[in-house]
Amino acid sequence: MNTPQDPKNALASPLASRTGSLVHAAVRSRLVWPAVALIALLVTNVVKSPNFLSIRIQDGHLFGSLIDILRNGAPIVLVALGMTLVIATRGIDLSVGAVVAISGAFALSIIGGSDNPNSMGVVLGAVAASLVFALVLGAWNGLLIAVFGIQPIIATLILMTAGRGIAMLITEGQILTVSSAPYKVIGGGYWFALPASIIIAAALFALVAILTRKTALGMLIESVGINPEASRLAGVSSRVIIFMVYTFSAVCAAIAGLMISSNITAADANSAGLWIEMDAILAVVLGGTSLAGGRYSLTGTLIGAFVIQTLTTTVYSIGIAPEITLVFKALVVIAVVLLQAPRTRAGFARLRSRKGPSVPSAPREKAIVR
Amino acid sequence: MDSAVPIVEMTGISISFPGVKALDGVDFRMFPGEVHSLMGENGAGKSTLIKALTGVYPIDAGSILLAGQPLLVTGPADSQRAGISTVYQEVNLLTNLSVAENILLGREPRRFGGIHWKEMRERAAAILHRLHLDIDPGSLLGSHSLAVQQLVAIARALDVNAKVLILDEPTSSLDVDEVAELFRVITALKREGVAILFVSHFLDQVYEIADRLTVLRNGSLVGEYRTKEILRIELVHKMIGKDIAVLTDLDTKTRNAVAETTTTIPYLAAVGLGRKGSIDPLDFAIAEGEVVGLAGLLGSGRTELARILSGIDKPDTGELKIEGRTQRLRTARMALKRRIAYSSEDRKREGIIEDLTVRDNIVLALQADRGWFRRIPRRRQDELAASYISALGIRPANPEALVRNLSGGNQQKVLLARWLAIAPRLLILDEPTRGIDVGAKAEIQRLVSNLAEEGMSVVYISAELEEVLRLSHRIVVMRDRKKVADLENDDVTVGQVMTLIASGADE
Ligand SMILES: Nc1ncnc2c1ncn2[C@@H]1O[C@H](COP(=O)(O)OP(=O)(O)OP(=O)(O)O)[C@@H](O)[C@H]1O
Ligand SMILES: [Mg+2]
Repeated sequence: MNTPQDPKNALASPLASRTGSLVHAAVRSRLVWPAVALIALLVTNVVKSPNFLSIRIQDGHLFGSLIDILRNGAPIVLVALGMTLVIATRGIDLSVGAVVAISGAFALSIIGGSDNPNSMGVVLGAVAASLVFALVLGAWNGLLIAVFGIQPIIATLILMTAGRGIAMLITEGQILTVSSAPYKVIGGGYWFALPASIIIAAALFALVAILTRKTALGMLIESVGINPEASRLAGVSSRVIIFMVYTFSAVCAAIAGLMISSNITAADANSAGLWIEMDAILAVVLGGTSLAGGRYSLTGTLIGAFVIQTLTTTVYSIGIAPEITLVFKALVVIAVVLLQAPRTRAGFARLRSRKGPSVPSAPREKAIVR
Repeated sequence: MDSAVPIVEMTGISISFPGVKALDGVDFRMFPGEVHSLMGENGAGKSTLIKALTGVYPIDAGSILLAGQPLLVTGPADSQRAGISTVYQEVNLLTNLSVAENILLGREPRRFGGIHWKEMRERAAAILHRLHLDIDPGSLLGSHSLAVQQLVAIARALDVNAKVLILDEPTSSLDVDEVAELFRVITALKREGVAILFVSHFLDQVYEIADRLTVLRNGSLVGEYRTKEILRIELVHKMIGKDIAVLTDLDTKTRNAVAETTTTIPYLAAVGLGRKGSIDPLDFAIAEGEVVGLAGLLGSGRTELARILSGIDKPDTGELKIEGRTQRLRTARMALKRRIAYSSEDRKREGIIEDLTVRDNIVLALQADRGWFRRIPRRRQDELAASYISALGIRPANPEALVRNLSGGNQQKVLLARWLAIAPRLLILDEPTRGIDVGAKAEIQRLVSNLAEEGMSVVYISAELEEVLRLSHRIVVMRDRKKVADLENDDVTVGQVMTLIASGADE
């Protein structure tokens, strides 16, 4: 349900749907370029440092560059996960970076202010308080958008700017550093030989994947994103759904914020989660979910997020000068997005049809037909 | 006229989509100064043939000649430059722009490097005047009814001096008067030597305007005929490829249903229901198992009344009782909870969810009612989809096809299936057979009257008066946003209703 299908391949014949092969091919075709980009980046790294792929076990923990990518990518995966559902409803959430900063600051200020920062109870309480705070912030976004009908970009811009102020108030303008062993686990610890952050991100990802598929949530989110008016007339409670996705997005961002602050055992209101909204949006778009809303792909988002994270890692590992890092990142993103564009894909289809059996391209008269 | 040289000559056209051969070696030609109708059932390939001609879809095989020259176009804009002006089946204008902008988009008159707004308004007004459409060119397109939007799309096509004019179901939401205006314009263009391609499921209209017919069935050519030389019954037979006892059967059946008087307890009763700028306060009642036809011209308040009854728009005055209890329906959702469903005339904007599958679209309202958490089990979804696909003859019969890939008529059937799936107590159908072929139309009307016999109340809105009269027990006539008549349908004639629609009866 939540895998993007190419419209022209969607009319699979009964035979194809029996074997499922054609449908699968179609599903993959959208993800093929981000996947290629990911592999290309990994190969680049291997060429640069041949033991890039190697994973060692040390003190019963897994180590290696790949593990680092997964661990450092966990916050982006989480934020992008929430963002995917938001974008599927035709929305956008610019406030995630601010929520990242707030949640880290809030949790650390509670822990730092307690008598015993190393107490498990205090840490759990702080984490819970942060998540509840995020729930409220997300609900605020949801309220502005679903109830007052403010455009998502504007509504979340409010929290994007005000949020860092809130974080600043919490940290009183300082960089909060607190050492707390239990808290450190979230972003820097290990469970079952794996970094805890990877497990947390994977668990939440799996939860969302199951929840959207086993309930009707996925279909209703897509329906609202594709045609809000028709959905309303069909009795879909779009307000509830929109409210939910923004609340969920904030919770995802908060968990990411806990991870980041836990990893560095510090909360910096200014730089925590800076630009993470952009990375998350890029990850979603790279993953083939359209900003116009509707059909979304969680798998795509996952690949997209790792493309972004690997890119960041690669930039360091191949020694690109810091001044041109952003330019390099932008070039890769442009390349993938262009390769995915409908026009390019139609062009490929036509090239193929010259040779093999033809596949008519999708209609090109999107905006206006004359 | 066969000695004349065709302006358009398509030979051996084939197009396939994965799993569907939409066109299979079809020949088609058009002559200057002639109206040529493409006929065929829903999904026969009419719109696809048109899109092949205008380059929207590349062809797999065949050749297209325009005035004897191979035509190489890659899309609507391109084919327009080549002299082919097209109104596609799905009106695809920009509702947030003005009428004038929509008519002249891409051809705006310019001055000093900017748009010459005054000339733009004037030119748009002149074209609208040709269609006798009296609206302000500066008004937002979205503020007008679907019928007006359809006329604006036609006006847009008329603005270019084309050699070939293509109209794919242009009259599907028009009333008799607008159709007459359109036909006047078509006749005038015909005299100027324009070749016109006209698609419609209304046989009356086809017989009135077309000189020549081409019949398609399942993507293949059945034949080309002179309208004068083929009887309706033969034509229908060629289109559906089987006998049409189905059609005549319906008449007797519904007539019987009409004869019976139904229960007198109203299922829904509205007193003084009104909404400013939409409808004047009126009374309306419908009994269980009753079919009430709503007749009236464009803008008479038919759709407005339907939207209020189904909770989409809120009334400012009046009271609504359902089974004797006062109720307030503030949203479509609340109405649906009471099993009141409204099927919009605007299937593209207010109906189908294009990028979801046929199955998702069919179960949508049912699922929305159960809430997001209680997903309808997949097996049940498959059963529902399969049963409506076969009951309504949705083609292709693939529940996993995206609705956007279905032909217009088949999309309409999917929409109907969605409402039928919730087992409504009151079903409000606004132009439910829009774009649906003759065979399927009869099928749907039969379904509606069967359901009414089983106790479902139906409000039936259609510009086709014969259809309304055939199905309804009672007729409510609207004019100028008022209810002007409410009559038992015992031998009411089309003529009588027409008079009421036009002049009203003083109550
Ligand atoms: N983009 C597409 N992708 C896949 N299948 C398509 C696409 N467009 C059309 N089809 C299929 O091609 C067939 C012909 O469709 P077409 O729209 O030409 O029918 P039509 O004769 O215009 O019907 P209607 O009277 O309902 O408008 C249908 O089976 C339809 O499902
Ligand atoms: Mg069509």
